[in-house]
Amino acid sequence: MVGKMEAVNGVKSGSNSTASTFQSAFFKPDLSLKSLKLKTKQQELLIRVSILTLVYILAFITRLFSVLRYESMIHEFDPYFNYRTTVFLTEKGFYEFWNWFDSESWYPLGRIIGGTLYPGLMVTAALIYSIIRFLRFAVHIREVCVLTAPFFASNTTIVAYFFGKELWDSGAGLVAAALIAICPGYISRSVAGSYDNEGVAIFALLLTFYLFVKAVNTGSLAWALASAFGYFYMVSAWGGYVFIINLIPLYAMVLLITGRYSMRLYVAYNCMYILGMLLAMQIRFVGFQHVQSGEHMAAMGVFFLMQVSNFPYIHMHVFYFLDWVKHLLSDTKLFQAFLRITVTCAVGVGAIALGVGTASGYISPWTVMYGLTSMYFAGVMVRLILVATPAMCLISAIAVSATIKNLTQLVRTKSKVAHTGSTKGTTSGKASSKLCIKKPSLHFSCDQASLDQSLPFQRNGAIALLIGAFYLLCKYATHCTWVTSEAYSSPSIVLAARGAYGNRVIFDDYREAYFWLRQNTPPDAKVMSWWDYGYQITAMGNRTVIVDNNTWNNTHIATVGRAMSSYEDEAYEIMRSLDVDYVLVVFGGVTGYSSDDINK
Amino acid sequence: MARSTTKDAQALFHSLRSAYSATPTNLKIIDLYVIFAVLTAIIQVGYMAIVGSFPFNSFLSGVLSCVGTAVLAVCLRIQVNKENKEFKDLPPERAFADFVLCNLVLHLVIINFMG
Repeated sequence: MVGKMEAVNGVKSGSNSTASTFQSAFFKPDLSLKSLKLKTKQQELLIRVSILTLVYILAFITRLFSVLRYESMIHEFDPYFNYRTTVFLTEKGFYEFWNWFDSESWYPLGRIIGGTLYPGLMVTAALIYSIIRFLRFAVHIREVCVLTAPFFASNTTIVAYFFGKELWDSGAGLVAAALIAICPGYISRSVAGSYDNEGVAIFALLLTFYLFVKAVNTGSLAWALASAFGYFYMVSAWGGYVFIINLIPLYAMVLLITGRYSMRLYVAYNCMYILGMLLAMQIRFVGFQHVQSGEHMAAMGVFFLMQVSNFPYIHMHVFYFLDWVKHLLSDTKLFQAFLRITVTCAVGVGAIALGVGTASGYISPWTVMYGLTSMYFAGVMVRLILVATPAMCLISAIAVSATIKNLTQLVRTKSKVAHTGSTKGTTSGKASSKLCIKKPSLHFSCDQASLDQSLPFQRNGAIALLIGAFYLLCKYATHCTWVTSEAYSSPSIVLAARGAYGNRVIFDDYREAYFWLRQNTPPDAKVMSWWDYGYQITAMGNRTVIVDNNTWNNTHIATVGRAMSSYEDEAYEIMRSLDVDYVLVVFGGVTGYSSDDINK
Repeated sequence: MARSTTKDAQALFHSLRSAYSATPTNLKIIDLYVIFAVLTAIIQVGYMAIVGSFPFNSFLSGVLSCVGTAVLAVCLRIQVNKENKEFKDLPPERAFADFVLCNLVLHLVIINFMG
């Protein structure tokens, strides 16, 4: 994105070839920026940097509604577990964190936390915390956790800019960055306080895709290594990494099928697959799934396909030599023998492998296909919106950018027609030559006069469409902000309502209850509640719970449910057997709170 | 019929061999390295078939290190081969430096994974 400062004398010699629509604006003499005597490339760089800075800040501040309205706290339920583990990480260090066995949850079973979580989010927050602490700013880890998601949302806009630039051009990149900054689908999971895996995972997702596309375009091992590291970060951050490990083979497969196979693709995919797979298996929660689970087999299949596809390329000269020999001998038997031998060998090996696999129950093709197609559509329906958001933003950015560019070029060239007679700069010639390229059917050698007469209403139509496009974008921005403010910015742990006189009433009952537990019960007290509140009780109340949101043991949850719903004497027996000291029940009758335990 | 097939196979083998001897020496060295890595992987798989795969992470790290270096060597060969027009402005020193870097990362991860 850094513009090259070439030795150009004067502002008006437009030597750059980028089709930016902003460049012509600075040749109007009444614009104040011209007084800075900047060259075109520098002006462009200034525009781009300022737009990106504004988008970066915008992405951050649009996620701060709940911090401004309530306070800086962690929302909902799952983020409290992430917060507690991050606090543990900062206090005890990485080795203790990685090998942590928690006896404070799922009493009496305990939970192997070190091996059953995705450490990316906690490690990232702890790293940011230690960097800020190193610079001697005394922040609390909670502030870092609350603001991690907006910070990474801002970084995502930067990655989106580079991705758009790679796919199309820098104009599309800027639009993509702007769209992603305020897109509600992404905001919903990355507001300030939503300290959850998706906050950093979407950044890692976009980064991995961008690095891989860059690797395929350049064919460099270094970019493929970078994309493998991006993939490792994604695996460490979120279970949705399966999306990447299926989409990238799908992309490689599409390239293969459409005949765009190239050796750059081979280099990029193989390096990324092997290194990415090895790095991913370092996360204990993922374990050996990359070689055992059906969801990951597509990547392996495409890997083997790549080896086979590369075979004719490596031995290309041998093949051509054989052709020459065939012609020389005018004997087709040699070529046929070659074909026969290789095809038989390949089919034989493949059949043996498939037979062994199916016989030993290792491979089931239907499971693979079913898993691939239905997993993301059935199991994670709501999350699908989040994953599709960056893709939609990029695609629409390309469309918006191309449309606006064409329209403004139409408008601007028309307005310059009247001035062509007086100004003899090369820029107008270039602008109209671009128009010539865009409309080859008109068949003239850049003669502006005939252009004026052939399509008289084109300019008005273009202006009308431009106004329409800007109106749509403004409405989009307003809609995004409204949705963010109304729907996505409430911390579920603090509730607000309007009192009888219209004043705002805040219900902080949850936190009051947890702090009562913390201050008024013995440290080894066991608290039984429904599993929704487990994480919050351990994080804020600091007491042992029986079941929590991890829901990994359904029998234990069923026991608690039975205790909650039986008669008092039966329930008392069950609770004695579980060593329970306190019971936490949420009751919403007084305020009309509808999602309490009675309703469950 | 059988005699002509064996004659064909022999002619095939000879033509392949003479075509291959025309490749430059550095590519032949890389090919030798690839064959060595693949053979080592096959030996490891055979060993696993005999004694079982109990420390599965060790088995995986061993096999994947062989496969990984083989793949990286093939990528290096592709990038260094003068007949590939796609990579003609990539200097071979840069290709080798990338190869060394990727191998370094690969073996560090393998050592961590071996257990």
